[in-house]
Amino acid sequence: MMSRSLLFFLCCLMSFSACSQAANEAGLASASQLKTNELKQFASADMRQRYYALIAELRCPKCQNQNLADSDAPIAKDLRDELYLLINDDYSDAEILAFMASRYGEFVLYAPPVNKVTAVLWVIPAALGLLGLVIVGYVVMRSQQDDEVIND
Amino acid sequence: MLRLARLKLFIPLLVFGLLSLVFFQLEKRMVSGDYDPSMLPSALVGKPLPAFSLTTLDDAEQLISSIDFNNKPSLLNVWATWCVSCRVEHAYLNDLAKKGIQIFGLNYKDDREKANLWLARLGNPYQLNVFDVDGKLGLNMGVYGAPETYVIDANGIIRYRHVGIVDERVWQTKILPLGLNW
Repeated sequence: MMSRSLLFFLCCLMSFSACSQAANEAGLASASQLKTNELKQFASADMRQRYYALIAELRCPKCQNQNLADSDAPIAKDLRDELYLLINDDYSDAEILAFMASRYGEFVLYAPPVNKVTAVLWVIPAALGLLGLVIVGYVVMRSQQDDEVIND
Repeated sequence: MLRLARLKLFIPLLVFGLLSLVFFQLEKRMVSGDYDPSMLPSALVGKPLPAFSLTTLDDAEQLISSIDFNNKPSLLNVWATWCVSCRVEHAYLNDLAKKGIQIFGLNYKDDREKANLWLARLGNPYQLNVFDVDGKLGLNMGVYGAPETYVIDANGIIRYRHVGIVDERVWQTKILPLGLNW
């Protein structure tokens, strides 16, 4: 009885995370196909790949729930152009992210660093997950006890 | 025992009530303009203006690399003639300038001729305008639209950035409470 409930719970959890992962990948794909009309020339395939990875990872400060790749705001175009120049100037990915964050704030990083302010983003899901496990465990144990009472 | 189990059924209602309260308060603050999730704090608060080398709006030959704030608090207003809200804001900036508030302008991604015509026609509240035609200084300041207004203290340190129109309400509720000696 207990193992079956747990198995069901785990299946739910896994299918959920698989879904969100697929959605993420789809988002990246559409982002890199977009804005090809801006005709940027890259010296190497690696630079091109970094450019498309970074415009997907940086958030537009104007259209706040879009990344630089998706946004049509003038500032998003300016930032794409700036990013292109930085890549050509041999800035590393970390330097580019620091460049953007020092001007537009950590808000523009879709993958913010773990620090005092952002720690809550990591703690809350873990805490909620743990709470869920405790509740499921409690319910399963209760139902097992009930089963035993009935069987007796 | 049974009564206690019944009471437990009200837990979801309680949670719902609490969440409603939280969201209602948030909504109230958004309607009153006290809280706007689209307004970002500037990453430059506590720092001086970034370095630049640009011409002034009225003289294409005059390169400047700093603004002299005369040891007085100032507003640095980011504006352009293509910006409709800037036109709405302009009359209030004129009022502030008349009261002796020191205002500098950053003419952002604009046309020099149009901008000078605009000032001649609508009045010029600015001590000086920096002409940032390709938005380079704007980018280094974290400007993402116009109008934006930076509040700079007597030591040239950025203290606050307001995104959107500055009016009497913004002046009273956001800028004056900074406690600068205007």
